[in-house]
Amino acid sequence: MSETPAELRYRASHEWVRVEDDVAVVGISDHAQDAMGDLVYVELPEVGVVFAAGDEAGVVESVKAASDIYAPVSGEVVEINEALEDEPEKVNNEPYAGGWLFKIKMADDGELKEMLTADQYQEQIESE
Amino acid sequence: MGHRTPLYQAHLAAGAKMVDFGGWDMPIHYGSQLDEHHQVRQYAGMFDVSHMTVVDITGQGARDYLRHLLANDVDKIEPGHALYTGMLNERGGVIDDLIVYKNSSDFRLVVNCATREKDLDWMESQAGGFAVDIRERPDLAMIAIQGPQARPILEKILCGEGGNAIARLPVFGFENVGRWLIARTGYTGEDGAEIILPDEQAEEFWQRLLDAGVKPTGLGARDTLRLEAGLNLYGNDMDEDVTPWEANMGWTVDLNDQTRQFVGRELLEEQKARGHAQLLGLVLEGKGVLRAHQGVHVPGGSVGPDGEITSGTFSPTLGHSVALARLPAGTTGTVEVEIRNKRLPARVVRAPFVRNGKTVYKPL
Repeated sequence: MSETPAELRYRASHEWVRVEDDVAVVGISDHAQDAMGDLVYVELPEVGVVFAAGDEAGVVESVKAASDIYAPVSGEVVEINEALEDEPEKVNNEPYAGGWLFKIKMADDGELKEMLTADQYQEQIESE
Repeated sequence: MGHRTPLYQAHLAAGAKMVDFGGWDMPIHYGSQLDEHHQVRQYAGMFDVSHMTVVDITGQGARDYLRHLLANDVDKIEPGHALYTGMLNERGGVIDDLIVYKNSSDFRLVVNCATREKDLDWMESQAGGFAVDIRERPDLAMIAIQGPQARPILEKILCGEGGNAIARLPVFGFENVGRWLIARTGYTGEDGAEIILPDEQAEEFWQRLLDAGVKPTGLGARDTLRLEAGLNLYGNDMDEDVTPWEANMGWTVDLNDQTRQFVGRELLEEQKARGHAQLLGLVLEGKGVLRAHQGVHVPGGSVGPDGEITSGTFSPTLGHSVALARLPAGTTGTVEVEIRNKRLPARVVRAPFVRNGKTVYKPL
């Protein structure tokens, strides 16, 4: 059974968001990392890039396959998790903590309401 | 629900993540594909390969039949030895790759599971005029034990005749010990053995291997291990539209006996004279992962891709990505691979990439 922390918001494409003031911390869910298997490479956006919600923002690659990461909310990338360059396995080992991917300074926090709650996301992955 | 091997319950007990593989429920990994890969390179791992199709060829015409059916010549090995080769169609395309184990008068073939039906149909269709009996053996399981410690461990736990066989077998040799076939073959680039045994004895043997410290290894690691070892995967690196010359399988074709008219020979000779594409290794030294079907551009090539990756992965042993790619003959140096709308440089090398735990590839 994968973990789905209740305080986070989720995107149907398996990203999660944790809100820290006006910044959204973005990662991929426990379910997603488990489905992908051992990650070997993470391609992150550059700091300063501005995304609209739904834009392709990066790629995570496991031994098996590559998977696109989408920006869950609009705004500017203010920080990326540089530790993942050498330790992509952090995404497998701690998807909601040390395995975060990047931070976006939100242009419109109203977009968070469009995202799935933990219960809704859990329901989606159970029906997959 | 797919077909299940006799080890299905043992996989679940070991925490396997099961996937559909050619109609079989098989373990893709037991937690971490990377850990399993390293385990085989550094110590020993075991694979349930009972989904593979075992076919016994008996009868007075067995030898003549196989000299007609296969691109390699079973006459060039002694009984007690195995041979890797392809079974070709009239166009020289590979219907399947297989291992043939030669006894004094009969033979055992191990072919792929996804191609089982068409293989058996083809074998039957080619049997006309030969006094031969073709019999599938669904009653047999198969376990591969691979890694530098595989044979020492097997010697210990098999003792008696089985242990002696393990100790004295040359590479690609095998012995029949009771109802077991013990062979020094494999698909990982490491030393080890493949053991074909009755279904009902598989679970107990698996348990003894577990107790001896051999770790279950899934199909995920099997794929990264075989690719590092430069070994082809049917359906990826070759198929019915690809000849052995184009799949780095030239060494599995024997043209020496001019009188041996095996299926596909005519076309192979023609293509050999005419020239053909090659299956070569690629190494990506930068970040990223090479994957099957990515386009490859050679220096001075055309606008579109000049070749294609047939198998690609992250190499756990090397720490960067490697691939096999079908490229124009004579390609050397550096090529560019299309990865998500970017072109990344990759070195052309001669596979294998890794053998017996060591980096062995040579730049071309």
